[in-house]
Amino acid sequence: MGQTAYSLLVLLAVAVATPVGILAASHFLGPSRRKRVTDLTPYECGSKPFTNARGRFSIKFYLVAMLFIIFDIEAVFLFPWAVELKNQATSGAGLFVFFEMMVFIGILIVAFAYVWGRGALDWDR
Amino acid sequence: MDFDFMPLIVAVVKVSVVVGALFGGVSIMTWVERRGSAIMQLRRGPNRVGPFGLFQPIADGLKFFFKEDILPPFVHKPTFIMAPAIALVCAMLAFAVIPFGGSLNFEFFDEAIPLVIADVDGGVLLLMAAAGMGVYGIMLAGWSSNNKFSQLGGLRAASQVISYELALGLGVISVLVLAGSMRLVEIVQMQEQFLHWNIFRAPLGFLVLMVAGFAETNRLPFDLPEAESELVGGYHTEYSSMKFSMFFMAEYIAMITSSALLVTLYLGGYSIPPRVVELFGLQGNLLAFAQMGVFVAKLACFLWFFVWIRWSLPRFRFDQLMQIGWKSLIPLGFLQVIASALFVILKPEWF
Repeated sequence: MGQTAYSLLVLLAVAVATPVGILAASHFLGPSRRKRVTDLTPYECGSKPFTNARGRFSIKFYLVAMLFIIFDIEAVFLFPWAVELKNQATSGAGLFVFFEMMVFIGILIVAFAYVWGRGALDWDR
Repeated sequence: MDFDFMPLIVAVVKVSVVVGALFGGVSIMTWVERRGSAIMQLRRGPNRVGPFGLFQPIADGLKFFFKEDILPPFVHKPTFIMAPAIALVCAMLAFAVIPFGGSLNFEFFDEAIPLVIADVDGGVLLLMAAAGMGVYGIMLAGWSSNNKFSQLGGLRAASQVISYELALGLGVISVLVLAGSMRLVEIVQMQEQFLHWNIFRAPLGFLVLMVAGFAETNRLPFDLPEAESELVGGYHTEYSSMKFSMFFMAEYIAMITSSALLVTLYLGGYSIPPRVVELFGLQGNLLAFAQMGVFVAKLACFLWFFVWIRWSLPRFRFDQLMQIGWKSLIPLGFLQVIASALFVILKPEWF
């Protein structure tokens, strides 16, 4: 194995060991746990919590997550194209590869415009 | 059979130096942040511990270790404990592919030692993957705390980070198109001349990546997940002691990494223009150390910029945040990607 593989493995080991070590150290160094009434309820500015935190929340968060998946997959397709474009340009096939991707991006821009027009991107609606 | 220990030893030394530098950078940054904010608000800031209060971060760290580590009874325990660890591990892994200098040569080791932890082909992808995983830490922290403030903070963090991930991707892609490679070392070598810096070739991409970087690291003006005036502590409301501190460290490491990414992709990274190298007659290891100095200097400027912005701008509202991410940055990013691609095709001899 070369330096790169070793370095990555060592970094992974160090990165995992750091939080484990920190947690262990703070467990042993810190004062022992005491039971207090204030520790037993979720913090809600001093008043008694009145509903469970596992309640319902705005559907907008789901919408953003779904839109993200669609457009992020598109970005994934852009990565290999971006890396390859320069090679293709020097070998003369640049314009073809470029327009192929423009068709793909064009379809996505239509979808983006539709989503925008339907107000999915307006948080306050 | 003889096992060659040399590469392993080199790797251990390199990783220790980088991790040490990262944590050193974090503690210096907390000091800079507090002193900087004090200057801007005409206060003194921490000035008691050590010269100019420089040892304040050490004192703070020690204090964190000796505080009670509260594990509230209402939380989901495994994820509550894991969440800060995930955040910290991802933040540390993301720095692996950032090159901070050329390469060193020593007599006792027959290979050149590249000054980057892992110079892999898909460098940028590795960084984005590791940094993107960091949001799991924040989300799990928000969910497992079983507290309304934490829950809202975690949700906000998740939707903010994924929204700006797109803009971040487009900002990165506009450089990849110009470079034709995902290896950060190659991208840096491409920008050796000052006028070849990608900020001049893809200015919009720089803007998009910078704003997205601020949002990804949850820094003001995008620190909605922990907006203290509305959400108390946001996703880390229920955290105390070193667990809180780990989120804090993860945030600062993420800040260093995203500054380093910006410097590497758009501001020439560690490279020194050939004419300057000739002027000072830099070669070999001296050149590598000079490059490291240049990189750290650029990084420091950018980190100061992060602090400066934080204490100059007010926080956005959440609808404004989403509007900037989806309606401004993504179209601008698309524009830059298409423009970069056109440049590469029509003027390949420029690159």
